[in-house]
Amino acid sequence: MMTGSGAILASLEKLGVTDVFGLPGGAIMPFYDELMSSTAIRHILVRHEQGAGHAAEGYAASSGRLGVCIATSGPGATNLVTAIADAYMDSVPMLAITGQVFSTSMGTDAFQEVDITGITMPITKHSFLVTDPADVPAVIAAAVHIATTGRPGPVLVDVTKDAQQKSAPFIWPPKLDLPGYRPVTKAHGKQIQAAAQMIAESRRPVLYVGGGIIRSGASRELLAFAEMTGAPVVTTLMARGAFPDSHHQNLGMPGMHGTVPSVLALQESDLLIALGSRFDDRVTGKVSEFAPGAKVIHVDIDPAEIGKIRHADVPIVGDAREVLLDLLPAFEAATAQTTPDTVDWWKRIESLRVQYPLGYVDDPEDGLLSPQGVIEAIGRISGPEAVYAAGVGQHQMWAAQFIKYERPGSWLNSGGAGTMGYAIPAAMGAKVAQPERLVWAIDGDGCFQMTNQELATCTINNIPIKVAIINNSSLGMVRQWQTLFYDGRHSFTDLETGSKRAGEETRMIPDFVKMADAYGALGIRVTKPEEIEPAIRLAIETNDRPVVLDFIVSRDAMVWPMVPQGVGNSSVQYARENAPDWYDE
Amino acid sequence: MTYHVLSLLVEDKPGLLTRVAGLFARRGFNIRSLAVGTTEIEGLSRITVVVEVEGLALEQITKQLNKLINVLKIVELDPSSSVQREHMLVKVRVDNSTRTQILEAATLFRARVVDVATDALIMEVTGDTAKVEALLRVLEPYGVKEIAQSGLLAMGRGSKSISERVFKNS
Repeated sequence: MMTGSGAILASLEKLGVTDVFGLPGGAIMPFYDELMSSTAIRHILVRHEQGAGHAAEGYAASSGRLGVCIATSGPGATNLVTAIADAYMDSVPMLAITGQVFSTSMGTDAFQEVDITGITMPITKHSFLVTDPADVPAVIAAAVHIATTGRPGPVLVDVTKDAQQKSAPFIWPPKLDLPGYRPVTKAHGKQIQAAAQMIAESRRPVLYVGGGIIRSGASRELLAFAEMTGAPVVTTLMARGAFPDSHHQNLGMPGMHGTVPSVLALQESDLLIALGSRFDDRVTGKVSEFAPGAKVIHVDIDPAEIGKIRHADVPIVGDAREVLLDLLPAFEAATAQTTPDTVDWWKRIESLRVQYPLGYVDDPEDGLLSPQGVIEAIGRISGPEAVYAAGVGQHQMWAAQFIKYERPGSWLNSGGAGTMGYAIPAAMGAKVAQPERLVWAIDGDGCFQMTNQELATCTINNIPIKVAIINNSSLGMVRQWQTLFYDGRHSFTDLETGSKRAGEETRMIPDFVKMADAYGALGIRVTKPEEIEPAIRLAIETNDRPVVLDFIVSRDAMVWPMVPQGVGNSSVQYARENAPDWYDE
Repeated sequence: MTYHVLSLLVEDKPGLLTRVAGLFARRGFNIRSLAVGTTEIEGLSRITVVVEVEGLALEQITKQLNKLINVLKIVELDPSSSVQREHMLVKVRVDNSTRTQILEAATLFRARVVDVATDALIMEVTGDTAKVEALLRVLEPYGVKEIAQSGLLAMGRGSKSISERVFKNS
């Protein structure tokens, strides 16, 4: 016999969980009492449950393993909601365990009672409510199975306090009873043949690579397939690192802030080979004008993604890695007689590359640091073995553009949900998963103020992450849109954390360097270009505590290129009022 | 807008109906009617849902429903190859001058009178949607006081059953 809470712990241990993030409260105390004596599982006590959720995400996204977060009932559980939604949008394998009030009190508006399974229904892959300790092993095993297989996602297990306290026999391994859950991983042979044939015949193919490649662990297979086809590759925001940036076939990121070659390659293509990507609105722009001359091969493990936004001429349901393994010989067979002619296509792409490289102003007029320059320096000095977690906004886009990613799991961000505050807890989670790696949180001054409390967690638990605050003293992305689309009316986007121009500081509330100091971290303010590199190097060398670098950057810097919202991607602007001449063939 | 009849074989788990109904709501699909009940297999329920959608959207809602872990099978039932029935109770105002006509209408529609009062009666009718609507149109001039209507029930014609393939696979 074992208590329900003991069964939760034993199940997690049996499933190989080694790290969990959480914060105790009344309804989860029986489990925490068990957790205290576990030698197999390291528990990281966070300062806010949202931090536990994003840490679990960062842990999972960097390592490919399951991320686990734990909270109590009521507000503890609702504080996980943002992170759960985030994991759902970005297909992150996550298990959220929440305490629930006594089953006898449920439905009575008891203290700290919320219907968390009800609240999270639209943002979880599945959820369970456990009221009987005998159900615990089977539920935990099923939850982990669902979270980590097929299209990964968050699964919530809500356990009443009495189910944690009461005892039942612990039977392991439990029988998985999921007759309605059978993800298809192996694709249909006929579809593979059709796809191979179509690729062989295309003249302007593009491999439109999404986050599914990373979740499926298909980077090596993608590299082989890309080289065999010779097709250009675009890597979406979620797929940065899925294919090496140093590879000449990689055109960079597509979409609203994508590179011009990447955006226009999709636009002018005759065949999109979508691999684990979902035609997100930030990639397609106005859907009716997206890649108008292209046929589509759509590979995804989730059948519901195929045809959701764009019709697929060849739909392929399957795991990206297995599909690519099947596509390799099929393509070889299809091209036995002729090799696809993409010479003109590459000529066009190379001309776009020469004409429209990614770039930025290195010395802003206001005399402050160039945010892109700072981010580029962090990437250059830290290298591709580091992990980079970003918040959401301008700094996120710059980090996606100007850091060179060479391996999957090196780039972590909140792509679908766009959750400000993701960076610090996600970086913390990544550092716990891979303590030997250098882990950066590239954050904004707005984002930093949402989740910086986890710096306390980092210092106390010896998780020495590096935080680079790209401090433009404002909610930069919103400010950019206000500048461009709202006549420069900067409505409530001034945060007063940095400088207006060189020598003209705002009130700097809060002072991030003092804050770092208060958290026991090393805080350094960087205001001059020549200080950038030494600060980054000092941060890399400092491993006895977290580091916070406060880079005071220009707030007029903008993210370019840009496709304004709601228009076709052919309207991509290279810089303000500068759309490429894409008719020039 | 066209109507489609979907029959869902589902595990009888707490919150299942919320999952299904919530999915329709958040993906912007309108449910016209919903009927839930047990099946010949213990632990499984059947949901018959009539939904207002066009082609591509129907495919999308079916795929999304299939992603629900507790949904085992979905079939679309075409009116030509399935039996479709609704059940309605209707309370209609009567007096001495209208009673005969109303009872005659009931007979024509094979409706049964199940409650009689001096100034009203309740009849029950079973049939496809068109028949139920037709009866209502006939009764309306007399004064329909109250209606209680079930969701549409539907079952494919022939010997095959919805649960057959599910259990062959498992």
